[in-house]
Amino acid sequence: MPETKPRTLFDKIWDSHVVERLPDGTCILYIDRHLVHEVTSPQAFEGLRMAGRKVRRPDATIAVADHNIPTVGRRDPAGIKEEDSRIQVQTLEANVAEFGVPYIPIMDKRQGIVHIIGPELGISLPGMTIVCGDSHTSTHGALGALAFGIGTSEVEHVLATQSLLQKPAKNMLIQVEGSLPFGTSAKDMVLAIIGRIGTAGGTGHVIEYAGEAVRALDMAGRMTVCNMSIEAGARAGLIAPDETTFAYVKGRPHAPKGEAFEQAVAYWRTLPSDPGASYDTRVVLNGADIAPMVTWGTSPEAVVPITGTVPDPANEPDAEKRAQLQRMVEYMALTPGQKMTDLPIDVVFIGSCTNGRIEDIRAAAEVMRGRKVAPGVQAMVVPGSGLVKEQAEQEGLHRILLEAGFEWRDPCCSMCLGMNPDKLTPGQRCASTSNRNFEGRQGPGGRTHLVSPAMAAAAAATGRLADVRELGR
Amino acid sequence: MDKFTTLTGIAAPLPLANVDTDKIIPARFLKTIKRSGLGQFAFYTLRFDEQGNERPDFVLNKEPYRKAEILIAHENFGCGSSREHAPWALLDFGIRCVIAPDFADIFHNNCFKNGILPVRLPRAICDQLIEDAKLGGNARITVDLERQVVVRPNGEEIRFEIDGFRKHLLLNGLDDIGQTLQHETAIGAHEARQKAERAWVPGLAVA
Ligand code: SF4
Repeated sequence: MPETKPRTLFDKIWDSHVVERLPDGTCILYIDRHLVHEVTSPQAFEGLRMAGRKVRRPDATIAVADHNIPTVGRRDPAGIKEEDSRIQVQTLEANVAEFGVPYIPIMDKRQGIVHIIGPELGISLPGMTIVCGDSHTSTHGALGALAFGIGTSEVEHVLATQSLLQKPAKNMLIQVEGSLPFGTSAKDMVLAIIGRIGTAGGTGHVIEYAGEAVRALDMAGRMTVCNMSIEAGARAGLIAPDETTFAYVKGRPHAPKGEAFEQAVAYWRTLPSDPGASYDTRVVLNGADIAPMVTWGTSPEAVVPITGTVPDPANEPDAEKRAQLQRMVEYMALTPGQKMTDLPIDVVFIGSCTNGRIEDIRAAAEVMRGRKVAPGVQAMVVPGSGLVKEQAEQEGLHRILLEAGFEWRDPCCSMCLGMNPDKLTPGQRCASTSNRNFEGRQGPGGRTHLVSPAMAAAAAATGRLADVRELGR
Repeated sequence: MDKFTTLTGIAAPLPLANVDTDKIIPARFLKTIKRSGLGQFAFYTLRFDEQGNERPDFVLNKEPYRKAEILIAHENFGCGSSREHAPWALLDFGIRCVIAPDFADIFHNNCFKNGILPVRLPRAICDQLIEDAKLGGNARITVDLERQVVVRPNGEEIRFEIDGFRKHLLLNGLDDIGQTLQHETAIGAHEARQKAERAWVPGLAVA
């Protein structure tokens, strides 16, 4: 029977990957790309070994260590000081050798955060299904791929069967009309979206981002937006592939070449949602209303424009929500009514799979040019990959940042999750370009304010949360 | 994986919304290559103070809840990261069932893979069960997966919905990799079709 109903981008990718539909509607979904890292894979390989199973498609799998490796004094795994971290990386190396999985070693310049290197190396392509044992796999949706995070049992399932048992998600369309104003970026856009729909707003859905302001984003910005879909509770985020996407993919090491690339583009052009396709939920925002954003609390939805103030929990009518807000105000050591721009900061972290790309480092360097990191502030840049680092150095960005007083480190997740030695100490306040501000996320007792790279740099230069639009040039 | 058929036990009330995976187990405890032994880190910052001493007023530090097998919470339980260490920590602590109005997707999936039953019930009912749970050791709650009911201490039965396939796997303690491998021919056929139609997809050997 020919397919006549208009379909969304999600529907099309989904349909083309269903291997079999089981009687209750659960589908066996084929997975095109599987990214593996050191923290969520050891138990999965162990499971395979115990069951005597093999990796079905090593050629569709790639491994890299990124969550838990040092960002200074990088050496071979044997040189990692923390014993448990070293064992995790060495275990990954032993597993990829045993199972024949392609691996990027930590001293290779292509090493980096999985969600940075997937697109960067052309491993992630439009129309694919992509999974990784990490929730921010949603990043790759920027290419128009269905990409989502899975748990370790599912990692094992994909290693063994190259497929997953899944039920289709619901479709959500978020349209950002108009254009983003001066001083704002993709990070502000996605924080504004989460502020609007809440951290559970996308539960059960795959979000497709559309509208003029989304179309106008470069690929780095699109990745920032899709990256934080999970913070809105969604399984994945998607942006329809277009000329921007094709131009980005072209020439990447693992992307198709020549004739094959043209065939691929012809196929990718069929992917965008059909006119009249239906969505379960629709949200419209006006780009012009978006200001530089900053989170004040311990949930990404606790966000205000930088010109805003700390909300007063007393104004919340619902007793339970009031208690939650109260808890956030206390944990973050804030006073209701306090201006966000009055908050002094101790640490600035620029990096992560949300904002660790070359474009992000350029934005930060642009603000820091001719400025200094305020006294008493520790500021660090952790590029998302070795290639990002190399590019930044070729452009001389590292010199601007180093001269300003930033630390210039080796690529890894670093202070995004506080697993390696880069951590906040209790009570420290951090302007961070990462994606989660949960209690203790960046180190026990640490206080995180999520911002864009330009805003993080503005905070570094002024020693407090600051409105980048007011720094002037 | 252990079967889940029916469970009668102590339920711990945890009337919090948005219990994220960093709360269930902070990242610094993920540096393990095993699944076992994570119970000691479950809810670490809620359970222990900065010096590592127990916080006496946290529910899981009180009797009889130290032996809780059921957890009852509020909305959006398990939001945040994909770490399966979260359900592993709960399981190792002794929790086999979490009841909440809703769950974050990945956490919800991860529970099933580890023999933990996540039960979705409306908020008002969760609040009733939380009141029941506050009665402590004399108020046991039963979760019967076969019949899809939660039985309150007063005998009242509350029906819950669950996906048929997952119920089947959990009731029989089946490994879902084994299930999927029964469809290996179909997977092979899909691969052959893709290879023919999308020959442009390259493999990933790293030079
Ligand atoms: S940078 Fe942060 S969010 Fe991204 S993969 Fe690493 S830990 Fe996860």
